[in-house]
Amino acid sequence: MTSSQDSTAAPKPVLQARDLVKRYGSVTAIDGADFDLLEGEILAVIGDNGAGKSSLIKALSGAVIPDSGEILVNGSPVTFHSPIDARKYGIETVYQDLAVAPALDIAENLFLGRELRRDGPLGSVFRLLDRKRMVDESREHMANLKIGIKSMKQAVETLSGGQRQGVAVARSAAFARNVVILDEPTAALGVKETGMVLDLIRQVRDRGLAIILISHNMPNVFEVADRVHIHRLGKRAAVIRPHEFSMNDAVAIMTGAMVGEHIEGAPEVPAGAEGTRT
Amino acid sequence: MSSTQTVSPPGAPPTKTGPSLVGRVLTTPTVGPLIFLVLAIAFFSIKSSAFLTGGNLSLIVQQVMVVGTLAIGQTLIILTAGIDLSNGAVMALGQIVIAKLAVDSGLNPILAILLGLAATCAFGLANGGLVTGLRLPPFIVTLGTLNIAFALTHIYSNDQSITVSSSTLTFFGKTFPLGGTDVTYGSVFMIALYVLAWYVLKYTASGRHVYAVGNNPEAARLTGINTRKLLLTVYATAGLIYGIASLLSIARTNVGDPNAGQTDNLDSITAVVLGGTSLFGGRGSVIGTLIGALIVGVIRSGLQIVGVESIYQVLITGILVIVAVALDQLSRRRTA
Repeated sequence: MTSSQDSTAAPKPVLQARDLVKRYGSVTAIDGADFDLLEGEILAVIGDNGAGKSSLIKALSGAVIPDSGEILVNGSPVTFHSPIDARKYGIETVYQDLAVAPALDIAENLFLGRELRRDGPLGSVFRLLDRKRMVDESREHMANLKIGIKSMKQAVETLSGGQRQGVAVARSAAFARNVVILDEPTAALGVKETGMVLDLIRQVRDRGLAIILISHNMPNVFEVADRVHIHRLGKRAAVIRPHEFSMNDAVAIMTGAMVGEHIEGAPEVPAGAEGTRT
Repeated sequence: MSSTQTVSPPGAPPTKTGPSLVGRVLTTPTVGPLIFLVLAIAFFSIKSSAFLTGGNLSLIVQQVMVVGTLAIGQTLIILTAGIDLSNGAVMALGQIVIAKLAVDSGLNPILAILLGLAATCAFGLANGGLVTGLRLPPFIVTLGTLNIAFALTHIYSNDQSITVSSSTLTFFGKTFPLGGTDVTYGSVFMIALYVLAWYVLKYTASGRHVYAVGNNPEAARLTGINTRKLLLTVYATAGLIYGIASLLSIARTNVGDPNAGQTDNLDSITAVVLGGTSLFGGRGSVIGTLIGALIVGVIRSGLQIVGVESIYQVLITGILVIVAVALDQLSRRRTA
């Protein structure tokens, strides 16, 4: 637990949402939801199926355009029309199962959509890719995150599930400036691989990025998260710190058996006092 | 910031070093087809001294010139996990447009060629537009445009072949001596197109995006690749390549023939598959397609020289296609 909760200067919010609403016909997927992600933290987002957490995350990553409400990056209001807009603000998303092209190699996957070209006319006229630089930089990114894969030239499909997820996370971490959003990164993994991915998530946090972790896996959430955003009925029900609450409490808030304090504008609240038992 | 952290790599235990060199060579999709091509050439060379001559090899390349060129466009489309049934009919239409305009309407041959290319390119755009805009399956779209192009060809030509004499239109059928063998400019042009397509696919971002879109379209889209624009470009480029095939066909036969190319769609798919490109998209190589086209040409020529009826060539090609697809499937299952 190396988060900055005991520092006197309250951590600044990186990504916020105020009163987001998204309706699909008669269904209200996001019902006036608030959201606060602070710098350098791992914020887990949990909620029952149908609570609207995936709609919320899609709004934050630009995949869904909210009907009303406000999204702020580093305090300034922004509008996302697509995931590419969100990326321009330094927000990268690792989508469940959809992150990689298995037949392409690791370096190609890391640089997919942002390939580097050679300098000079070879690059500008002949569009020649700078394969060597991409392979070298990929190796560096992977080493920084302590992902033990040697060859950047092997196809991603030859990797294990955890290593593939590692590639996807490394890709986002390499290009994100503010936020990495991880959608169920451990859903398809075994115990050992899950541990590896959780370590990787901490590595990314320790490199200074804020992380949103969407997960169904309560033990994982409680192991790795600095704070937990609990979503219920399309809005934020509570934000808790894992060491102050039990998993049963979290489940109780998720299902409505326990009514959490509604916490508005988390950064204004003194750190550590967000969640209060009722 | 903990880049100086020392202890245990929490990442995976370092991977077993990648596949061995031999393993990698054997699983490279073009190696199998290449070995087969060499074996076929060796076999027929032993069977008949008439096979391995400069003249015969040049003839083989000329015979695969049109299908080989069509197969470049087919490879592009199959790499995106699509398929094009219309390319033979579009090529026939292109020929008729060029021949009609140049011969019957007396248009400048260069202008006629450009209009022919525009016609085939328009068909490519139509295919791509229907696939990306309406999200229709490529198989059905190109089955439709196959019939449309076929009908237009016959309506426009009145079912008549048009003999072409313009030296501009038949340029690619002319030959130049190369080490004692006469080689057509068309053969060289086809090879040059293959080299160009290989370069673009392997060494440019757009080329890698073609693979990514065929491999995992959703991942490609989410990384910010404009997949619809890419697909549209691929289909339009394929259309343009079919127009070049029209020109090569005219140059080779000196006629615009409304009945040309009727099996070229399936023949081009055969070349792609024999070359080791996966029909499921995202894997393969255009050089493999060239090898695939040459395999068909070598078997046809070889059996002819050895004196076997040509229907056996069809039989063998059929078997090879099934073997090639089976090998692709098996290797995918093994690596998956």
